[in-house]
Amino acid sequence: MISRSSPAPLSRRHFLFLVGAATTVASADLSETVRAFGAEDPILAGRPLVRYPEKTELILLTSRPPQLETPMSYFEHAITPNEAFYVRYHTFPPPTDIDLSTWRLRLAGHVERPLELSLDGLKSEFSPTRLVAVNQCSGNSRGRFEPRVFGGQWGDGAMGNAEWTGVRLQDLLRRAGVKTGAVEIAFRGFDDPAAPSIPHFAKSLTVNMVADSPDVLVAYEMNGQPLPTLNGFPARLVVPGWYATYWVKHLAEITVLDHEFDSFWMQKAYRIPASPCGCVEPSATVARTVPINRMKVRSFIISPKEGARVPVGRPVGVKGIAFDGGDGIADVEISADDGSSWRRTVLGQDLGPYSFREWSAAWTPTQRGNYSLLVRAVNRVGESQPFEATWNPSGYMRNVIEKIHITAV
Amino acid sequence: MRRTALGLLLIPGIALVLGASAFPQVRSIELPADNAMAELKPGPGVGVVRAQCVACHSTDYIVRQPRSDAKRWESEVKKMISVYGAPIGDADAKVIVEYLAAAYGPAQANATKEKKPSKSGTEAP
Repeated sequence: MISRSSPAPLSRRHFLFLVGAATTVASADLSETVRAFGAEDPILAGRPLVRYPEKTELILLTSRPPQLETPMSYFEHAITPNEAFYVRYHTFPPPTDIDLSTWRLRLAGHVERPLELSLDGLKSEFSPTRLVAVNQCSGNSRGRFEPRVFGGQWGDGAMGNAEWTGVRLQDLLRRAGVKTGAVEIAFRGFDDPAAPSIPHFAKSLTVNMVADSPDVLVAYEMNGQPLPTLNGFPARLVVPGWYATYWVKHLAEITVLDHEFDSFWMQKAYRIPASPCGCVEPSATVARTVPINRMKVRSFIISPKEGARVPVGRPVGVKGIAFDGGDGIADVEISADDGSSWRRTVLGQDLGPYSFREWSAAWTPTQRGNYSLLVRAVNRVGESQPFEATWNPSGYMRNVIEKIHITAV
Repeated sequence: MRRTALGLLLIPGIALVLGASAFPQVRSIELPADNAMAELKPGPGVGVVRAQCVACHSTDYIVRQPRSDAKRWESEVKKMISVYGAPIGDADAKVIVEYLAAAYGPAQANATKEKKPSKSGTEAP
């Protein structure tokens, strides 16, 4: 299926550069300075807790490119701290030296007046917009797919929720003046892969989608602070309600196109079956695919934790989060009898339709023994979560009803 | 909003150089070394895998993948060559696939029967 014109192979010089880099990084030994993560979850077991620059201890998925997962305990609260926010790169190296005196955001292509903005210009020439939005990797929870699929074997922590401050993409486009005939808008960061043969990470949105989405931002702050380097400093795209693949980090170029964007990351990767669920039977052949887009409804129990022991006959505080693709959460329910009956939970503060919504409930186990606690959310347009996990070949968009096991003693 | 000088000292691995403006103009970080806990299993061909695969990505990319047969591993190695331009010749590619299928093949998996995943044009990157 991968039938694009073959990219040029790595040159010997690049190859040696890469080998040199690998030799350097392999010479240090991390094992004495890291602890392995808790073993009760097979997807997380044995993965080290690591501390990267500007970050607290996160669960390592891969070192090169860096992929770091947020421990679930951070989701007890709707806002994820910057230092605990997950990290995901497609290519190596990520930018490690960023000079604001030379960084510019360029908006060009099919426009009347191309723009070139410094960070100060972005902040001072446009009025800022703030919104809270979930950023979730398309492949969050991929490790739980059955049958299993290749790709980053994430647990459930490739997500986070922050207040983003930035400039509306629509305001930038209005200033530049989009010409008639524009079809797509492409976004490119300044992080260059180590070799020219590796497809540069770039994404696109259709002009129609952006015209309908005033909340798409070029964000320069996250929870009131400049972005952490590994979350896209100095600016990243924020596409509320859509999977994080579109939230291009280290944004440098916005290009308005009068044709469909030809990028590996749009044409070959991050595509889902064209069926309404974006899913297929594992044995099926996928006939047609479309680019991944809006997030599905999800909900998690954060407390008590999997495997917890609780006293019988006393109320247990159950709480967690829920989110969707931007319609907003209407209800969250829990079940202690495998879904025969459901009880409503109390929703926490509404931080906007794109945000995590906290929920809580009191549940009293009436007898000793093992219980399963299930959680499901429904959004304001009636979308919910399936009992059986749906499947697709790339391991995207998992949103099965989650379950924890606890024991009343 | 802006970090104090004291705050900066508490952030590991980050160094800021003050430019002309009050706001730091340059941000630099240093990335940690590769995860030493994701050692490749010993076996014939492991040296080729270290030289060819680990040049571009860390070993945890390999050891975390689902156990797979030679055919599945071959398609992954081919993807590295055709999509990402890895300069791996046919002979080395064969050695790599044989190593992966032996060290991380289905025989090593817990004896669960797995439904066969579908062929598809899409791949998780």
